[in-house]
Amino acid sequence: MAKTETILELQHVYKYFDDFTALDDINFTLDQGKFYSFLGPSGSGKTTILRTVSGLILADKGKVLFDGQDITNLPAEKRKVNTVFQNYALFPHLNVFDNVAFGLRLKKMAKSEIDDRVVAVLKVIQMDGYENRMISELSGGQQQRVAIARAIVNEPRLLLLDESLSALDQKLRQQMQYELRSLQQRLGITFLFVTHDQEEALAMSDEILVMNDGKIQQSGTPVDIYDEPINHFVANFIGASNIVPGVMVRDYEVAFVGKTFECADAGMRPNEKVEVVLRPEDIDVTTPEQGKLVVHVDSQLFRGDHFEINSHDEDGNQWLIYATNSIEDKDKVGLSFTPNALHVMRFNEDEADFDARLSQYEEGDNAD
Amino acid sequence: MKKVTTLTKTNRLPYFSLYFLWIGLFVIAPVALIVYQSFFGIDHSLTLSNYRTYLSSSVYLRMTFNSFWFAFLITVLTLAISYPTAYFLTKLEHRQLWILLIILPTWINLLLKAYAFIGIFSQSGSVNNFLTFIGVGPQQLLFTNTSFILVAAYIQIPFMILPIYNSLVDIDPAIINASHDLGANNFQTLWRVIFPMSINGVRSGVQAVFIPSLSLFMITRLIGGNKVITLGTAIEEHFMTTMNWGMGSTIGVVLIIIMFITMALTAGGRKGKAKS
Ligand SMILES: Nc1ncnc2c1ncn2[C@@H]1O[C@H](COP(=O)(O)OP(=O)(O)O)[C@@H](O)[C@H]1O
Ligand SMILES: [Mg+2]
Repeated sequence: MAKTETILELQHVYKYFDDFTALDDINFTLDQGKFYSFLGPSGSGKTTILRTVSGLILADKGKVLFDGQDITNLPAEKRKVNTVFQNYALFPHLNVFDNVAFGLRLKKMAKSEIDDRVVAVLKVIQMDGYENRMISELSGGQQQRVAIARAIVNEPRLLLLDESLSALDQKLRQQMQYELRSLQQRLGITFLFVTHDQEEALAMSDEILVMNDGKIQQSGTPVDIYDEPINHFVANFIGASNIVPGVMVRDYEVAFVGKTFECADAGMRPNEKVEVVLRPEDIDVTTPEQGKLVVHVDSQLFRGDHFEINSHDEDGNQWLIYATNSIEDKDKVGLSFTPNALHVMRFNEDEADFDARLSQYEEGDNAD
Repeated sequence: MKKVTTLTKTNRLPYFSLYFLWIGLFVIAPVALIVYQSFFGIDHSLTLSNYRTYLSSSVYLRMTFNSFWFAFLITVLTLAISYPTAYFLTKLEHRQLWILLIILPTWINLLLKAYAFIGIFSQSGSVNNFLTFIGVGPQQLLFTNTSFILVAAYIQIPFMILPIYNSLVDIDPAIINASHDLGANNFQTLWRVIFPMSINGVRSGVQAVFIPSLSLFMITRLIGGNKVITLGTAIEEHFMTTMNWGMGSTIGVVLIIIMFITMALTAGGRKGKAKS
């Protein structure tokens, strides 16, 4: 996919259920051929966004553009979008073949072409030979595949997947993550995937849109969002974080726990109140003399590939650390970290301001 | 739950014996008696002549055909009214209330309802009053095939609506969304998804309406008068008027056989689905 063209755009979309605002000023664009994930807790409005895109519900305000055309009020059956539903929603009265052929038959396609296409797509999802099975005779993973086949056989430009892997067990889920990703790359279809599982979103996506309370909090590549969360919610929701209150002394200097540290952030007012994020894997354990911070260890758990250490500093802030070795002297432990490991967040900064500030002040740091 | 787990083979017996007693006394014994009676002629001799008469007489065969035809028309009319109604009901807000209103008439005695219709359809009834008012003039409504079919359908409608309604509300709305998502408009969704998924309700409804309609006699008499002669009225005639119990029982046996055939035909699809 050398050229990137916009396939879907939502402009200032609102959706209300009675007094409740389910979607609150949603804006985003999707490019052709990429894998996008909507990530957010249950009830944050992810399914509602998918339904306004597929046409199963209509936006109360704002615009939905598909290929540059306004489809805000176009009914679902006329949109070139297909959905893999949350609980698959396969037709129980039809067998696998007829389920997959459903969309093609509506298009009045020749029987021979329908046969060819269904057989081909069943091969893609490794379900060839299952044509005559009823849905009730399939396992969860197989139903999942049929649901995907039923959608992609129509060759949609945009495929919507609603928590498609959530019902599967852990092992099958990881396998399907690989398969979905490689399927998307082979087909070149834009995928819009909805999940509440941050690991899943981080692993599969070209771009993640983090949602909370009907709003998009932040969008960006998985690495950007992980390394530079915009606010407390995102930092907390994606990966484990240490988040402590601090003060931005001046550009590239932040104070917390009574000390001032060098950091990589800038562009804030002097002495502005901020929050500082430090990821547990970015902290190194050292001697109290060499440490930038000194903490007391409360507990440590062996997690196989690392030790998970819970500790607190003299101000009572909790610090979570992932260390390679266990800690012997639990009383006083030094913690060290690089200036780049600190990420400073302003209160109530919106995404446009955040992006502008980052691109202005962090040009030099992008090399790492 | 607890009851089920504590029911062992021995203490389960009392429950079952009550059930078997009931079935034996009120289902098997009467049917056996009817079959037994059907082999006796009017002179109380053991004979097959009742069956011979039934099969060779054009009067009885015509009556059988009539019963079938009326039951068929009643069922088709009932279905045509009930399916859209049941579908519409699933879209309403106070569904339980509407369902109650549909069940309510079934609590009223059949005879009362029949007399109500006699009033409505009679020469001085409200329908004829209306026809006079719009200038058509009074018509003969009672004792016609049409009025018989209309009233029979009216009485059967709740028994058709309920099973269809139940099978419709069982359909997961996500499946209907999936149909639209795949490009089906409302009519295509109804035809390809909703109707096939509610077919078991339709089957139950058809059974519940067709079989009783075969042997109607009270409303046949009261609304259809002497013009409509079906197996139901023939049985009544033989038992109450001509006192030919043997012939009446023979027709009863024929009805029972027809019922079994109807049930086998309408249940066929359900078995097929479980198998495939
Ligand atoms: N049809 C509806 N009627 C009323 N409230 C709804 C409806 N659909 C969704 N909601 C509400 O909108 C919010 C977002 O729902 P949803 O988009 O399904 O969240 P998610 O998919 O992120 O879990 C929830 O609080 C939910 O209760
Ligand atoms: Mg959801």
